[in-house]
Amino acid sequence: MSKVSDTKLKTKQIVKKHRGDKSALIAVLQDIQEAFNYLPKDALTVTGKALGIPISRVYEVATFYNAFSLKPRGEHIVKICMGTACHVRGASAIQDKMERTLCIKPGETTADKKFSLETVNCVGACALGPVVVIDTEYHGQVTMAKVDKIIGKLKEGAQQS
Amino acid sequence: MKKISNAKALRRVQDDLKQNYDPNKKLVTICAGTGCRGYGCIKVKEELEAEIAKQKMDVEVRATGCFGFCEKGPLVVVHPEKIFYQQVKIKDVPDIISKTVATGEVLEKLLYRDPQNNETVMREEDVPFYKKQHRLVFGSNGMIDPTRIEDYLIIGGYSALAKALTEMTPEGVISEVKKAGLRGRGGGGFLAGTKWESCRRAPGEPKYVIGNGDEGDPGAYMDRSLMEGNPHSVIEGMIIGAYAIGASEGYIYVRNEYPLAVLHLTMAMASAKEAGLLGKNILGTDFSFDIHINKGGGAFVCGESSALFASIEGRAGEPRAKYIHAVEKGLWDKPTCLNNVETWANVPIIINQGAQSYASVGTEGSKGTKIFSLVGKINNTGLIEVPMGMTLREIIYDMGGGIPKGRKFKAVQTGGPSGGCIPESLLDLPVDFDKLYEVGSMMGSGGMIVMDDRSCMVDVAKYFLGFLQEESCGKCIPCREGVRRMHEILEDICAGKGKEGDVELLEHISTGVADGSLCALGGSAPNPVLSTIKYFREEYEAHIKNHRCPAGVCKALITYSINPDKCTGCGLCIKVCPTQATSGEKKKPHAINNDLCTRCGACIESCKFDAITVE
Repeated sequence: MSKVSDTKLKTKQIVKKHRGDKSALIAVLQDIQEAFNYLPKDALTVTGKALGIPISRVYEVATFYNAFSLKPRGEHIVKICMGTACHVRGASAIQDKMERTLCIKPGETTADKKFSLETVNCVGACALGPVVVIDTEYHGQVTMAKVDKIIGKLKEGAQQS
Repeated sequence: MKKISNAKALRRVQDDLKQNYDPNKKLVTICAGTGCRGYGCIKVKEELEAEIAKQKMDVEVRATGCFGFCEKGPLVVVHPEKIFYQQVKIKDVPDIISKTVATGEVLEKLLYRDPQNNETVMREEDVPFYKKQHRLVFGSNGMIDPTRIEDYLIIGGYSALAKALTEMTPEGVISEVKKAGLRGRGGGGFLAGTKWESCRRAPGEPKYVIGNGDEGDPGAYMDRSLMEGNPHSVIEGMIIGAYAIGASEGYIYVRNEYPLAVLHLTMAMASAKEAGLLGKNILGTDFSFDIHINKGGGAFVCGESSALFASIEGRAGEPRAKYIHAVEKGLWDKPTCLNNVETWANVPIIINQGAQSYASVGTEGSKGTKIFSLVGKINNTGLIEVPMGMTLREIIYDMGGGIPKGRKFKAVQTGGPSGGCIPESLLDLPVDFDKLYEVGSMMGSGGMIVMDDRSCMVDVAKYFLGFLQEESCGKCIPCREGVRRMHEILEDICAGKGKEGDVELLEHISTGVADGSLCALGGSAPNPVLSTIKYFREEYEAHIKNHRCPAGVCKALITYSINPDKCTGCGLCIKVCPTQATSGEKKKPHAINNDLCTRCGACIESCKFDAITVE
């Protein structure tokens, strides 16, 4: 099956799961992002048609909420917590260090598609600050030295597999 | 679980559970809150289970909700002796099982040590962090496995629902909540009972109740721990509220960043339904009520009620004007009652205890307790639940254990981006809704971020305005443009480009933003700036007039240097510097070239001799 029709098929299944309910648009987009790691253009078109919502509205919602990405994201999503507790404990230094280590800015993906860097307003693990969440794993009391270790380990793991 | 057909049957189920429960049986509870998970508690739990199996013992290991003392996680309690262990590692597990669980021997090294007198403390309740707490809402977290409804039923869970449905009229429930003086825990502090009453009276069907779990304030995570650790208390409160208001459908709106909260709420709802406590004909009565869960999309503004409705309806979360009240026209333009999840969790307590007993805790205008997340530059970070009216000093010094590394307290930030910074001179302020408002801050959802003399107040104001600028939905211009301009001015001040008159200009724009914005996001956006100007004006002036950042934070206004008396010439700072700004021979004091230095802080982090000074 071609990639395009695969995207469309999967999207239709997701819309069906939500019974074609217009108000479920956000939930549909969340499921699409979970399936594809981002929101492919074809998926958005299909969603709009299937739910009877103009594509402009779908696009509005997809760009309003921070959790959605219109660009393909890397294998690992690195989220740096920018909450107040993390901020006063030096989150911006950790962000600078992470940018230097991965050579990308927040919102970007490394050329090898291994890592995407994102900042989040607060992950709600304030006692551990500064916090970095990679995929679903929480790393607490992160230091600049720890950034090298964490990323190094993931890179190693990627080479082995 | 079998369906419970009426209130009597519920009591029977609870009694049976109690009778079959042996309080003297060995039980090990382990905190599985977010903080402890970050420290690896799940691996410790698996190790505990493996060790028990290996030693062929009959001991239950229970992963519970958050204990609150996140600083010292992973936390483990051995019952029935209630021996409280902190910072438990996998290697400690064999000793815990073969010594403490098997023979009752207490392991000194795992006990909490009070830094004041260096003595160990054996029981949780004797640890200074817990001593002054009043854990009304949060208390059962440490005993409940949130994925098992039985654990909630055994401590009397859903009794309040049974009481409300069979012994009270909807009006009676409302009057009880009104008498209790319960105020909204999400920030507004509006009287819950009054809101319920208006919603009940409003014409239109169906009516909706909503649990707001879109905990967006950065630095606050008590709602998360409540939804993850005791989801049934939120659900029970909502069902009682729905009965009082006359609603048949409800929603819980949870932040996208809280997947575990979504999972535990979903599981709790499924088991409550199976037990006949949620859904059609609850406890055999005519009352039916169902709840849906909606996941947010990572937009702070969706914590605002009308933006939250828009989001549930599947639209972008833009607030609307407030002359239309949500209790009359809320979700789908129907009467809607929205309360924070912590507010809902207080409801079963009010019904069980009665309004009078509930209202005996707290201050004149703020009743009951409040959960705060005590974080930032403080020794004991974690979640605390205290009676309203406790002073900031008690919270920060008695429970929080003061400021780390003996540094000086500077301010505590409450109320999230809508709140303000409170200085040292106001440390004896009793914390309640009205008192915080009087000093230019607010309760918010309960974040308390402590700052020391190394936190720059202008930088903090810039941080919040940057946050709000990004999170402004863009609908009204005073907020969208005003906050942006204010942020630009603050960026200039932090970059050493501040001008005479900037502070006055900030104050001037603040008035426009506060008065001209539709929703509370814009309305309260100037607070972080105004409160820092009010209490820390000299810091703004140091930035603008003297091009100095007294706290040593704003990169453009500081320089790094190496103290030759402290430097041992170990070479570590040379190794970590990304711009080759540090140099020097081995075993001789090093130096920093300020033309190359980017003030990234890597050398400070690496230096073991505290030899790098920031000025």
